[in-house]
Amino acid sequence: MSAAPNQAVVSIPPVAAISAPAGRSLWADAMARLMQNRFAVASAILLGVIVFAAIIVPWISPYNYYTPQWALLDLPPTWHGGHIFGTDDLGRDLLVRVMWGCRISLFIGLIATIVSVVIGVLWGAAAGFVGGHVDSVMMRIVDILYSVPFIPFVIILVVMFGRDLFLIFVAIGAVSWLDIARIVRGQTLSLGNKEFIEAARASGVSGPSIVVRHLVPNLLGIVVIYATLTVPSVILFEAFLSFLGLGVQAPMTSLGVLVSDGASELQSYPYLLFIPAVFLALIVYCLNYLGDGLRDVLDPKER
Amino acid sequence: MAPTPLLEVRDVSVEFATREGAVRAVSQVDLDLVTGETLAIVGESGSGKSQMLLGLLGLTARNGRVSGSARFKGEELVGAGAKRLNQIRGAEIGFVFQDPMTSLNPYLTIGRQLTEPLTVHRRVGSAAATAQAIEMLHAVHITEPERRMQQYPHQLSGGMRQRVAIAMALICRPEMLIADEPTTALDVTVQAQVLSLLREVRERFGTAVILVTHDLGVIAELADRVNVMYAGRIVETGSVDEIFYNCRHPYTQALERSIPQLDDSRLERLVAIAGNPPNPLHLPPGCAFAPRCPYRLDVCDKSVPPLEAVEAGHRKACFYEGALDRMAEPA
Repeated sequence: MSAAPNQAVVSIPPVAAISAPAGRSLWADAMARLMQNRFAVASAILLGVIVFAAIIVPWISPYNYYTPQWALLDLPPTWHGGHIFGTDDLGRDLLVRVMWGCRISLFIGLIATIVSVVIGVLWGAAAGFVGGHVDSVMMRIVDILYSVPFIPFVIILVVMFGRDLFLIFVAIGAVSWLDIARIVRGQTLSLGNKEFIEAARASGVSGPSIVVRHLVPNLLGIVVIYATLTVPSVILFEAFLSFLGLGVQAPMTSLGVLVSDGASELQSYPYLLFIPAVFLALIVYCLNYLGDGLRDVLDPKER
Repeated sequence: MAPTPLLEVRDVSVEFATREGAVRAVSQVDLDLVTGETLAIVGESGSGKSQMLLGLLGLTARNGRVSGSARFKGEELVGAGAKRLNQIRGAEIGFVFQDPMTSLNPYLTIGRQLTEPLTVHRRVGSAAATAQAIEMLHAVHITEPERRMQQYPHQLSGGMRQRVAIAMALICRPEMLIADEPTTALDVTVQAQVLSLLREVRERFGTAVILVTHDLGVIAELADRVNVMYAGRIVETGSVDEIFYNCRHPYTQALERSIPQLDDSRLERLVAIAGNPPNPLHLPPGCAFAPRCPYRLDVCDKSVPPLEAVEAGHRKACFYEGALDRMAEPA
């Protein structure tokens, strides 16, 4: 009797197997639809070009970002000697400095975002999943950290530990994981009522495994979106800190430092401000468009 | 077959602390399940069927409290540690949920979800787990199991997802399977397939099944014994034949009258049970069914009828001793 359904299977012609849709994951599907969003694709390409240039230009250029050239101070953009973006007030090649700035800004953006995503997701998922008093305490801690004013916090850190690139990661990471933790907690609360979480419990999966294996994959969509929107905000944060003189240390530079330095010489050498500002704006715009596109394709309601 | 008790439930109650006060979802329930047997639990929505079973496995919501005793193979489940319960759940007791659309994780492949209980409980390698999962998909008659393993739940039909859910519940070869309304969310033809699958796996693996349902047709199809629940209590229990042909509780009778008969040539209205189920916050002091019962006696409003034997293996909780023949309208 039990063999009957199997025989029925065998009698199905192989055509059925061919015409059946190929396995396509939610991610593959989302990527395919992202490709149809022209703004998002253009942003991704432009971002790729900037990243590529940031990596390659300082490497192949005959100039470096720190050696002054006393004969070539404040050279406007020119083909002379390959200084296509000109030189700054110490005669350093602006192209190389802008590319280094992109490197540092993107690097800080990326690292600080990864740090804040990891902390935020685990913190938020744990709070939402465990619930009850644990949830209350964890979220009150988030509230308290939210209420700490950012600039005095950074100034205290700088006074205590001196200026250091690592410190900027800490400062920015400590602030930006709070938003992600809140968002993830809300999502986790709504996911916790779903039957598949109950089903995982009923098949004997322990709490931490449920968080890592079942909750986190379901949260990835929203986290990816949020992360692409966090990177530009972190870059702007860093620019803001550097503008105030709390960021990276000279002669190392970042887009924020370049904009800050350029602003002080706006009247006489406007290109020193405009060129890094354009790159900063492009990076932030591209990441925002990309995040926007991702939000559209990963939102389950759009499916 | 010598009936060895696999599950012995005594005096189990489940209470929830809410803002409005304590809600007793399950009251003093007794159950027995022997190896290889199928026990059905029937009752309308909110009668405590699901909460009782979730309570046994320690899956009650945070504000719930389970009391009483539930021995699974002689081991006490109520109050057992979370670690021990995790070892039992999935490995020795499988659970199939109502809605296969939501009981599978949409972001994980079928293969990943199917092998998870194996990696958790049996500590098998991934190759062996995959092989066992494919074998199990064969057993639940999923076509092309190798390809299905790579797919995501949204690529499967409802019936196939429920088969996958059954395969997942059975993959560690548990001795007991709890199926919580496994056919409610499916359409009728698929229901029949899932039921015949449940019957088949029961025979093939010798699994004892607790079947929660409000569909009497499902019970007639599959169950050996039936427990009828109303407002958190078992009101009648007996073999399928006793319950269907010789029911002794007015609620059971009313339930049976409310099923449409396919061979009934008379075009009459279905008999609905008058009134509404009681609010669990304000249960009547006596029999919870009394306000809706056509056979109500004075004593029904004062005390709760005990579950007493009618004959061997058939018990009811009702004071009324006469024949049940009145139409289901409140007295």
